[in-house]
Order: sequence, then C-alpha cells, then structure tokens
Amino acid sequence: MARQATDPIFGRLDWSVTPFDDFLAAPSIDEAVASAAAAAVPLGALAVIAVLTWKGLWGALWRDWLTTADHKRIGIMYIVLAGVMMLRAVAEGFVMRAHQVTALDGGVLSSEHFAQLFSTHGTIMIFFVATPLVTGLMNFAVPLQIGARDVAFPVLNQVSLALTASGAGLVMISLVIGQFGTGGWTMYPPYTSATFSPGPGVDYWVWAIGISGIGSTLAGLNIAVTIYKNRAPGMRFLRMPMFTWTALCTSIMMIYAFPALTVATAMMALDRTLGFHFFTNDLGGNMMQYANIFWMFGHPEVYIVVLPAYGVFSEVSSTFSAKRLYGYNSLVIATMAIAVISFTVWLHHFFTMGQGARVNAAFGIATMIIAVPTGVKVYDWMATMFRGRVRLSVPIIYLVGFFFLFVFGGLTGVVLANPTIDYQIHNSQFLVGHFHNVLIPGVIFGVLAGIHYWFPKAFGFRLHERTARVGACLWFAGFVFAFLPLYWLGLMGMPRRSATYDNPAFEPVMWVTAGGAAIVVAALGVTVWNFYASTRDRAALACPVGDPWDGRSLEWSVPAPPPAYNFYALPQVKSLDPWTIEKAEGAPYQPADAYEDIEMPRPTSLGVVIGGAAFAMGFAVTWWVWWLAGVSLAVIAGAVIARAFVQDTTRTIPAREVEAAHQKVLQQARQIRAVDRDDEIAPANLGHAAPEVPA
Amino acid sequence: MSGTAHPGLNLGASDARAHERSETPVFGFWVFLMSDLIIFGILFAHYIVMTDARAFGPGPAQLFDLKSVAAQTSLLLASSYTYGMASLAMKHRERIRPVALWLIVTAILGATFPGLELRDFANMIAEGGVPQRSGYLSALWALVGLHGLHVAVGLVWIAVMLALLAVRGLSNRTKTRLLLLGLYWHFLDLIWIGILSIVYLGGLA
Repeated sequence: MARQATDPIFGRLDWSVTPFDDFLAAPSIDEAVASAAAAAVPLGALAVIAVLTWKGLWGALWRDWLTTADHKRIGIMYIVLAGVMMLRAVAEGFVMRAHQVTALDGGVLSSEHFAQLFSTHGTIMIFFVATPLVTGLMNFAVPLQIGARDVAFPVLNQVSLALTASGAGLVMISLVIGQFGTGGWTMYPPYTSATFSPGPGVDYWVWAIGISGIGSTLAGLNIAVTIYKNRAPGMRFLRMPMFTWTALCTSIMMIYAFPALTVATAMMALDRTLGFHFFTNDLGGNMMQYANIFWMFGHPEVYIVVLPAYGVFSEVSSTFSAKRLYGYNSLVIATMAIAVISFTVWLHHFFTMGQGARVNAAFGIATMIIAVPTGVKVYDWMATMFRGRVRLSVPIIYLVGFFFLFVFGGLTGVVLANPTIDYQIHNSQFLVGHFHNVLIPGVIFGVLAGIHYWFPKAFGFRLHERTARVGACLWFAGFVFAFLPLYWLGLMGMPRRSATYDNPAFEPVMWVTAGGAAIVVAALGVTVWNFYASTRDRAALACPVGDPWDGRSLEWSVPAPPPAYNFYALPQVKSLDPWTIEKAEGAPYQPADAYEDIEMPRPTSLGVVIGGAAFAMGFAVTWWVWWLAGVSLAVIAGAVIARAFVQDTTRTIPAREVEAAHQKVLQQARQIRAVDRDDEIAPANLGHAAPEVPA
Repeated sequence: MSGTAHPGLNLGASDARAHERSETPVFGFWVFLMSDLIIFGILFAHYIVMTDARAFGPGPAQLFDLKSVAAQTSLLLASSYTYGMASLAMKHRERIRPVALWLIVTAILGATFPGLELRDFANMIAEGGVPQRSGYLSALWALVGLHGLHVAVGLVWIAVMLALLAVRGLSNRTKTRLLLLGLYWHFLDLIWIGILSIVYLGGLA
C-alpha cells in the first residue's frame, strides 16, 4: 500500500486530530459527548497534578510508589490503575446503554462513535481492568501467603507494571489525540487492515495491547517463579493457600498464553505499518490465522482473570465460615484441570467460521468439559460454608451473589458450547449477556471480595461495612437489570454491537438495561466513595495488629500494614492453615529464636524510564513519528544495559533493627484486647482475633 | 549441594551460597525461554499453514541457497561450541582472560552468521522475495527474521558481558549472567535447527 507523504518531525499528527474542532465545526450531541470525554482526560490529569502539588506529595509519590520495588505497593498500584480505567469503561458502558434507548431507527451517537465505544470498553475491561486487577491481587497477596520477603524479581515486577501502565496510557490518550479503532476488542482483520481502517485507531490498539501484553507475560513469569522458589521453609505445594494455587495456575497460563497475543499484535503491526500479508484479503493473507492465534491467547485469558477470583472465594468461604476449606485437594485438581483444558477450547469463539462439523464437535465437547471442574469448585465452597459459623461480611456477600449469578452465566456458556445452538445465537446479545454474566459475577465480584478482604492488611484499617454492603447489593441489582435482559434480546434476534435497530420490541428492554446500567454506575460510585469515607474514618476502623477476620494463612500473622520485608523472621510451616493452627495451639505472637540481616531491593527508576519510553514508542509508531520511535527504543535498550552495571541494587536491614521492630509489634499485640467474631465489625476490632474453635 | 539445586550450574567449584543465589535467575530465565519458544512455535505453525500461500510469487526453489544455509548452520553450531568453552573456562579456570577470549571467538562466529543471513536476504529481495509479496513470504521473513533479531540481541549481550568482565571481573553476578547468556545462545541453536529442517530442507525437499 502506498503511504501518503508525511511530515518528518510530526508524522501524520496535525491540529485536526482532536475531537474539539469537529465539535466546533458541527456541534451535535454526538460530538459533544466525544469532546466531553476528551476534555475529561487532560482535566483529570490536571486535577491530580494540582492535588499532588497542593498537598506536597510529589516526593512521596516518587520515593514510596513510582520507584519502589516492594511487591505490596506494586500490587496496590496495579489495582489503582485498574480502578481508574474502570471508571472510564463503566462510563462508556453507561453511554452505550443510554444511546441504545434512543437507537430505534437512529440514535444520538453516530455509528462510528458507538463502534469506538464498544471497542474501547471491551479493550479496557479485559486488558486494563480485569488483568491488572488480578495481577495486583496476586502481587500483593502471594508473597505474604507463602512466607516470602518479596517476589523473585522485584525490579522486573516494577517494569511489568510500567508496561501495563503505558498501554493504558495509550488507550487514554486516544480519547484526545486521534480516535480509537472500531473493530471491537478483538480487532479482527481484514476490517482492521490498513486498507479498510487506515487511521491511527487500530494502531493505538495494537501498541497498547502489544506493550501491556509483554508486561503481563513478565508479571506471570515473576509470580510463577516466586511460588516455585521463594516459599518459606515447610511450605510444601499442598500446604499453599488456595489463592496461591490459583495464582500459580494463572501465572503459568500467562507465560504460555500472552506470547500468542504478542505474536498476533506484532503481525498486525507488520501488516499495517510495513505492508506484510499475514491477514490481508489479497496475496495469500489469511484472516483465519488471526482468529486462531488471537483466541489461543483469548480463551486462556478468560481463565487467567477468573482463576484468582476463584482463589479469593476459596479464602473467603473458609475464613468467614471459620472452617477449613472443604475438598482442598479437589480444588487444586480442579484449578489445574481448568488451566490445562482452557488451552483446548479456543475454537468455540468462531464455530461459524467454516472449520467443519468434526472440528467444531471436538471443541464443543472440550468446552462443555471445562464446566465440570468449575462445578466442583462451586460445590466445594458451598460445602465449606455448610455448618460453618458464617458471618455475612462483605466478601462472603459477594460469594453468595456469585453462587446465584455466576452459575447462571456458566450454564448459558454450556448452551453456547453446543455448535448447533451457537449457529443461532452467536454474535447476538445473548453472547453479550453470557460473557458479562461470567466476567462480572466471576471476576469483578471476586476481586471486590478480595479487595474488601485484604484492604485492612494493606492499609491498616477496615472499610466501612455498611456502605460496602449497600455497594454489593447495588452491584447485584445493577448487574441483573443491565445484563440478564440481554439474553432475551438475543433470543429475539438482536445482534451485538448494534448502533441502531428497527424492531420496536427491543426498545422497552433497552430501557430496563439502561436502568440497570445506571445502578451499576451507582454501585461503582458507592464503592469508590467507601474508600474515601473509610480513609477519613480510619481511626475508628484501625486494625494495626493485622488479623481482623481471624485469618488462616500467613499474611494475617504480620501487622497491618506489613513491614517492607513482610516477615520479621521467616515462618516455619507445618501444615495447611498455619496461622489458624498457631492460634489454636495458644501461642501466636511469639518472638523468633533468631533474627538475621535482611537484604531488600533498593528503589530504582528503571520502571518509570522503560514505561515512559514504551509509551512514547507506541505513540510514535501510531502516528508515524519514526525518529521518536527510534529514540524510545534506544532509551529502552540503554536502560536495560545500564541497569546491568548498577552495583548497589540491595540494601541490608540489620538483624538488631528487625528484632526491635518485632518486639514493638509483639508488645502492641499483647496490649490490644482480642475480640471474638461478634465484634468483627465493631471499632473494638483492632486486628487481634480471639480464635474460633475448632480450627 | 542440596537436592533442589538447579542442574547445569557452572559457577565454580565450591561456593554453595553463589549456587543457591543463581538458582532463581536461572530458573526464571528457563521459564522466559519457554515463553519465547511459544512465540517461535506459533510462527512455525503459521509458516507451515502458509506454505502454499505464494500468490504466484517466488518460492523456496527460487529463494534459498543451501550452501549459504549450510555455512550459517556450521557457524552457529561452532559458536555454541565456543560458548561452551567459555562456560568451562568460567568454571575451571576462574580467570577473566580465557573467558573473554572464548566470548570474543563466539562473537566473531556469531556475527558472521547474520552477515551471511543478510546477504541471503539481499539476494531474496533481488529475486522479488520481499515480505510484502505474499502471505508465504511474510511468514518466512517473520520466522527467520525473528531468529536473526535474537542473534543480534545475543551479540549485543556478549558485548555487554565483555564490558562487565572488564569493569566488574568474574563476580558471582557476572557469572550468573554468563549462565543465562549461555542458555539463550544454545536456545537460538535449537530454533535454528527447526528453521533449517522445516524452512530450508523442508522447503526444498
């Protein structure tokens, strides 16, 4: 394809790329929405800069967060990043639903704009909400659960986060400069080839996903190696908490699935930028190869994000029932089974694309089989709660919501797994209903349960219980009204991704789903508000001793927030649920026999440099600013090489200092009254648990 | 050495702590290579699928020069041998000089490889075998090109290691890095054998 002449300095960037001038030229609701969204990005950034400057927090932000190699803080930053992206993606969902109530024979938004909305909504929700949410939880909790001081490669961890953040940055900046692709979150060619989508939109997607995908591969590698190599003495595989097991399976899947995404995006970039013919219509290109390679990543990705949520539910069901997890071994086997089978079902995403009945049958059967281990898990969690001393705290409320709503979504998945039925309902709203039905009650409820569960561990105070319960109920209601009607719409024949429709029967249902979307927005608002309100009231919610829920695994044995090195002395693990056993034997909070010097990684700006350069590179290639792309690549290579020559990469904390810190913490634990489970959400719960018997 | 120690560590005779500390990076790098292998695996699969997607463009018979490929193969395998000598020198001689010398020999052999490969690429372009010509050629260039890119990165890495040897000497960290580079360098052989068998020999069979 002949490329038009471009400016050597600015590539194809010029002053016409923002939506503002389109609005000024021809004002409409459509352009007003686009301009308002575009304005929100720089205004939001300005607001953050203003607050940081006003409060004088720049130094703290740089020292304690951006340059840290502490896995706990990196985990928290992953979750904050995902939270910010979620605000945008939920807003987009709401705008789409609002549009659709007007979309009978028309609608307020242009179909181009609507296509960008569903493309960014899906891209963000999968790659920049679900993935960083679970990566953040794993980063925060896994080293604490296995008795490790940090992850295996702390600096690499920082780089992974930076790559994910630069991908997210590219998606955000596409709101202001240029526009995003319109090919949906999967960006199927040949529609997204340079011939049919010549603008920068698809390039934004390619580079955002390509860069963050490499970050996810490295994050998975890090967590898997951490679990293999950094476990505390005695922490055998079958003594690991269930969340760590799911994290292990998820990270192994990340190592093997994300490279397929890297290949798919790299090929797409070569097709679009250098005129290769991997997926084009002409000269032997083959679009089916894209579908195969993309979904070889895409299907495991579904389980990558849902397995850690299953892990959270395992922890929560056992902790809040004061009971040992039922069927631990069966849960381990089920998790592993899901991880393996998830690589054998990718073809069910395109049953209708012509590979014939035999192939479809094989993949359909594999898809139905994968529902079995998930069913095993659901029964295990219910059996764990059965005859336990269940407290209906927020995490377990999410689990109960999951029981009802997720199982429903799983069943519609089994319906879709049948190729003959899939021919009728694929690409309809039924499908949209199905995947929201598994991803929201599965991933989002699971992560919300995890956040409410581990928040006190991370920050030293609990979240307001009542507000959080209201939030959970709003999530349930919003989900039910926004998404369950889609099954009905789909069976009535409404295709997915429709900017407009001509069947008046759809319109009342659209009102219901728009109402549901409004409730989801309210739920998100209450959830965010609760972070603010709980921080404000943190004195009344404090739990410095660190065990507010009568926890069972090692992370609850250290104070909240934990010291940078996690454990004053590495624990000796003798069984599953070691902290419960220690409390039941009556001697928790004991000084260690001996303390040793602890070596911890020093802060480094490597992540910021690489992330910034990767962002600049993605932006430069999107806009054909070749010199900037070259400079950015050189900066990345230079930073990696320079890092090899840095000598003082660690600092040592002397044993004396560790011992003194531990003594102080132990004294605090002795002074604070232990509370039983009746006072779990009372101000008296300072994180010293009076253990429930029996263990 | 404990039973959990990683096999194949060549850090010297009797430094248990250094062995233990190198275990995690070595294991992590193995995992990274497995992940990289997936990338090559997909490109191999893609190449095989696209074998006939030539769109009337040139194919293996017009494009490949087996003599040059044989020379490249010998160079790459020989460079792996010399890298092995560097590893042995690191373990048994514990002096910088022999290690550095073997690394330089490896780099010379290794640098000749992409030299020949670039000549082949130039010939292919002269025959009209550019990647923009057909789906088959796109797949070919992606697979062979990515391997060549890996070799180029390996050469830069060898240069960095020589600089590290000069600046830092044979410290435990340098030794660990040499182990990782060795894994990487031998891994590239493995990929090349795949390319030789499937692309070149398979294409001309």
